[in-house]
Amino acid sequence: MQLTGAQMVCECLIREGVDLLFGLPGGAILPLYQTLPEYPKLRHVLVRHEQNAGHAADGYARASGKVGVAVATSGPGATNLVTPLATAMMDSTPIVAVTGQVPRAAIGRDAFQETDTTGITMPITKHNYLVMDTKDIPRVMKEAFHIARTGRPGPALVDLPRDVLTETAEFDYPEHVNLPSYKPTLEGHGQMIKRAAQLIRESERPLLLLGHGALISGAFDEAREIAERAQIPVITTLLGIGAFPGDHVLSLGMPGMHGQAHNNWAIDRADLIIGVGMRFDDRVTGRLSAFAPNARVIHVDIDPAEVGKNVRVTVPIVGDAKRVLHALAMQVDKVSRPDWIAEIDALRDEHPLYPGGSGGLRPQRVIQEICEATDGRAIVVTGVGQHQMWAAQRYVFKEPDLWITSGGLGTMGFEVPAAMGAAFAQPNRPVWSIAGDGGFQMTMSELATIVEHNTPVKFAILNNGNLGLVRQLQDLFYGGGRVASGYTGNPDFVKLAEAYGIWARRVTEESEVRAAIEEAAAVDGPALIDFRVEPEENVYPHVPAGESVFETIESPAGREALAWLT
Amino acid sequence: MVDVTLNTERVHTITALVNDKPGVLARIAGMFSRRGFNISSLAVGVSETPGLSRMTFVVEGDEWVVEQVVKQLYKLIDVVRVTNLSAESAVMREMALVKVRSNADTRAEIMQLVDIFRAAIVDVGKDAVIVEITGNEEKVAAMIKLLQPFGVRETMRTGRLAMTRGAASGARRERAHTGGSAPDAEVVP
Ligand SMILES: Cc1ncc(C[n+]2csc(CCOP(=O)(O)OP(=O)(O)O)c2C)c(N)n1
Ligand SMILES: [Mg+2]
Repeated sequence: MQLTGAQMVCECLIREGVDLLFGLPGGAILPLYQTLPEYPKLRHVLVRHEQNAGHAADGYARASGKVGVAVATSGPGATNLVTPLATAMMDSTPIVAVTGQVPRAAIGRDAFQETDTTGITMPITKHNYLVMDTKDIPRVMKEAFHIARTGRPGPALVDLPRDVLTETAEFDYPEHVNLPSYKPTLEGHGQMIKRAAQLIRESERPLLLLGHGALISGAFDEAREIAERAQIPVITTLLGIGAFPGDHVLSLGMPGMHGQAHNNWAIDRADLIIGVGMRFDDRVTGRLSAFAPNARVIHVDIDPAEVGKNVRVTVPIVGDAKRVLHALAMQVDKVSRPDWIAEIDALRDEHPLYPGGSGGLRPQRVIQEICEATDGRAIVVTGVGQHQMWAAQRYVFKEPDLWITSGGLGTMGFEVPAAMGAAFAQPNRPVWSIAGDGGFQMTMSELATIVEHNTPVKFAILNNGNLGLVRQLQDLFYGGGRVASGYTGNPDFVKLAEAYGIWARRVTEESEVRAAIEEAAAVDGPALIDFRVEPEENVYPHVPAGESVFETIESPAGREALAWLT
Repeated sequence: MVDVTLNTERVHTITALVNDKPGVLARIAGMFSRRGFNISSLAVGVSETPGLSRMTFVVEGDEWVVEQVVKQLYKLIDVVRVTNLSAESAVMREMALVKVRSNADTRAEIMQLVDIFRAAIVDVGKDAVIVEITGNEEKVAAMIKLLQPFGVRETMRTGRLAMTRGAASGARRERAHTGGSAPDAEVVP
């Protein structure tokens, strides 16, 4: 079958199970857009900015488990994809970006809207391609999707010169990918799994640390099986939230910089850490030399480069988390650990989560109310900052794959487009975007797209009138020098929403919170609540960067005690 | 547990079999630089298999660094195989071309040195000769040092090439699933 390059791209997308694209056209990619009407199976969502197409594809991928697709033109269109590609790379989400490029003959001549897209995105994609021959499109598309979704998932980019899209060639879709140099290890090493089971048997104070990899591989049941059989308390990293039911007796919460303090103390006392699909990131470990000083480590990850990268590992297991945990579950003994569980319960009592001051509307309270109103079963998408940490601490998820946040890159502005993408993926789930007033304003142009598609995203802006987390760092570690962290000209978010035709309310009192949430939830379509939260509220606990659990600031009072840190 | 960094700072020879495609060198060089690995030499050429090139890197660092280099190389889709060569099991060579000033008075002396080093003069001009020398880096460096007094105009070195001894191609494939540990990451605010 003879097809144009553009037709081939569409055929490939359909064969890869794609039915939704987020994008914005331009000259170089136009041949693809002009071909879309021939392929009604491919629905295109026209965004207002390519960054948002990328984040929407990311949110879509995380909420659906499928590959998200973003389309952009050459030059500025492609460079606008840089932030979402880097975000997806850090958080291992499968997206495929399709970009237009100037015609082949113009490449390298600084042509209009030319940029070295594959060069720019090399370090922020799992792999990328510049296609120089139309007949290569099927193979390249097949490989790009394969690479994006298998192994440790990540973003792939396919750059297509305009004349490669218009030329015709024989279309022959390969059934299999042939990549001898890319064969992710899925099964864990039998001997290592045996040793891991042995360590669990010998351990008195084990902890299971679940990360994003546990969710990606769908290891929910397997992790639960091991935790329950061997009575191992479970900590979930920022991206691992939801990998274990948050309301389970063995669920401890989040570790690290803003995790509940009892987690870091438990890690300090543990004699065995079983890290699954997580990478001992600096936000989790704090100062490495003080991290888990009494523990041996079993590290399960599909990416061999993560194993042994940050901490010394006793039993390394490279493989898919679900498969490894399945094999491990069959070898762990049923035991009870009353002493360890009691010790952890005591830690929980000793280190309660700071509830917030009593000044005004507490942001912590808003999150709790959203959680209760949605029964811990909504999709929650956040930006980056204080609101993100409060949500991570206080929204208790009862199911996996509902929590969508930019953990690795910490991309402000993620909350609007990623929530939009998630809502496209899960039209029957409530989707709440817990937004910062700062992040929201970075990407709020997508409100228009959301209105066009009546996408039912509910925005809860925790509006503190400033770049809260930055203000917090300045107050805690820079003697209160609030430089460039306060917004004095924020718009009236209610009027703004109304200008788009979106239902909106302002909430200033705690007593109004629940009713507003219920009302927003009942709206057929998008809704926005401007929560005017107490601007002086800080996120606690706070383990200062590069410090250990011993330097944890647990409340404003703890701050005084650690005055030497400034 | 934690960061007991092995203090065995040394030089390692790593070879990689990679797809012979545009951009592969950039992918590899970019990975080395963004991850802060130090390579003191890099040599590339076609391999015995069509479509594949072979690269030799000389990497400075401790065991942790080498393990990470190997693993990070493997993460690149275009890298087919990585081998960490030890000095005992491999032949390592470098070639250099050295342009030295020469005239009727000094030519004989230069030729004598070239003989001793089993090097060769591959071009003779009116006022300069080009010396070709092959050997390990120390030998090449010694040759250049002895030629210095005559006036070295230009040197061109290939960087280290390495190959395992015996019939095996590429020796043990490095798959290091072992644990290591990192130095404390730079404190991120
Ligand atoms: C794109 C981007 N720029 C800058 C930062 C640094 N940063 C981290 S949190 C933060 C403040 C976020 O403010 P807001 O969205 O209002 O959330 P809040 O902390 O107030 O809840 C900033 C500027 C970032 N993470 N991302
Ligand atoms: Mg704010």
